[in-house]
Amino acid sequence: MAMNLMGLFRSPQNELEKGGKEAEDDGIRSACPRCNVQLPLSDLQDNMNVCTACGFHFRVGPRERIAYIADEGSFQELDGDMLSRDVLDFPGYDQKLRNAKLSSREKDAVICGTAQVLGQPCALFVMDPNFMMGSMGTVVGEKITRLFETATERGTPVVGFTVSGGARMQEGILSLMQMAKTSAAVRRHSDAGLFYLTVLTDPTLGGITASFAMDGDIIMAEPGATIGFAGARVIEQTIRKKLPQGFQTAEFLLEHGFVDLIVPREQQKATIAQLLKMHTPGSMNFEEGEVEPDERL
Amino acid sequence: MSAYDKVMLARSKGRPTGTAYIEHIFDSFVELHGDRRFGDDPAIIGGIALLDGMPVTVIAIEKGVDTKERVRRNFGMPNPEGYRKALRLMKQAEKFRRPVVCLVDTSGAYCGLGAEERGQGQAIAENLMELSSLRTPVISILVGEGGSGGALALALADQVWILENAVYSVISPEGCASILWKDAKRVKDAAECLRLTAQDMQELGVVEHVVPEEDMDAAFQDIKARLAVELPNLITTPSDELLRRRYQRFRRF
Repeated sequence: MAMNLMGLFRSPQNELEKGGKEAEDDGIRSACPRCNVQLPLSDLQDNMNVCTACGFHFRVGPRERIAYIADEGSFQELDGDMLSRDVLDFPGYDQKLRNAKLSSREKDAVICGTAQVLGQPCALFVMDPNFMMGSMGTVVGEKITRLFETATERGTPVVGFTVSGGARMQEGILSLMQMAKTSAAVRRHSDAGLFYLTVLTDPTLGGITASFAMDGDIIMAEPGATIGFAGARVIEQTIRKKLPQGFQTAEFLLEHGFVDLIVPREQQKATIAQLLKMHTPGSMNFEEGEVEPDERL
Repeated sequence: MSAYDKVMLARSKGRPTGTAYIEHIFDSFVELHGDRRFGDDPAIIGGIALLDGMPVTVIAIEKGVDTKERVRRNFGMPNPEGYRKALRLMKQAEKFRRPVVCLVDTSGAYCGLGAEERGQGQAIAENLMELSSLRTPVISILVGEGGSGGALALALADQVWILENAVYSVISPEGCASILWKDAKRVKDAAECLRLTAQDMQELGVVEHVVPEEDMDAAFQDIKARLAVELPNLITTPSDELLRRRYQRFRRF
């Protein structure tokens, strides 16, 4: 959500402050930002955009993500035509939206739909790091809210991949209200006894962490992902100290009890399917009525 | 008055803080401490008070009046344990079907090492989810600065009011100018563009009421009189209906 002004007075001191771990890509090979090994792009793609040398997880767009997770041909997009408007007449926002559409080839920062994961049906949302770094404006909030409402009506679980720098400040207070709106929709889904699984990917920050990202019944994370509320730069300015190595990584959150499990990309599909199956009534060979209520004690 | 003037007014040191509102609006305030998990956050004051004889749970962000107190209260920037204390008191209010009044005045949730280690984002997320289904009325009043998620964590309510010279924003104008334009000098432009004044909130439908501020005594009286009308109305609303309306209130954004 908030970086602030004091960063102007000092130069970046770590990778995160420079805007994260971006891959250098000459169209044929890509250098791993962690181990610097030159990776042929075809090898990288075959390996789900995970470095074959060190296991570094590159950021990926939503369509690739869906291809990794959903059974082939099972994904049905919902609300795919929704477009952001510059409601507050915020300077430069129209141009930013145009650029984001060009660079991401998507209409906004989240893709929603229904899918099957190894035969397990679910509602699925996947955020897009290439569209204004996954920032949440009205369209992102509305699409996610509708997905939870649809899932609640249909009685299906929700699986969500988060990647976001936080709220979209060009939509002012209306972007903040999306945190309230989505949280309320998640609560209704939860109160209906339905399962919600979040997968936190790099980066998940600000208003996303402080709303639906942390609301999952089970919270998974990708190895090495940056996850937190405040950005690293803001914290360093606040406390006037350098942050320790590994602060706000998925591993740090696991250690502090805020993530259930870290799952490498290649294992995510199987793990998600397994967890979905464990939350499907009647799917685990458990005969209802086999145990008398008083015997359960 | 420009939007940035309003920001400066909302932040000004002479402005009444949470404690003053509690003193002027309620009687017999009993302060309750701690989140029962980690500690007690001095940036958030919570407890039970009477409004015309009706018990009310009051939760206020307190910035502190003098320098020493401001430091002790972390300048009104809550840590996760503050939000968890607030949630504990809200759940307690729900149990006894007592309305909740939140007084919000913060530049934002604290951005520190410990806050991250103890799950600042998770604490706010949990409050939002719990508030959306809390089976007792909640009225939140933005009395000074409404700083982003740290303010919203106490403002997912049946009604949200704002003081005439208070502000509510997704990001500080300084942060906005620095990120968007890499130019801290454009902070006044940022304040204008963000649409963060009480008047903007009314136009955008974010608040139900703007509390006039010609003098603060009148403001306290306005709040007290309105609470005395609205809280009995809300408390007699069946809770399913209350929650349905609260959902719709935020669903429209």
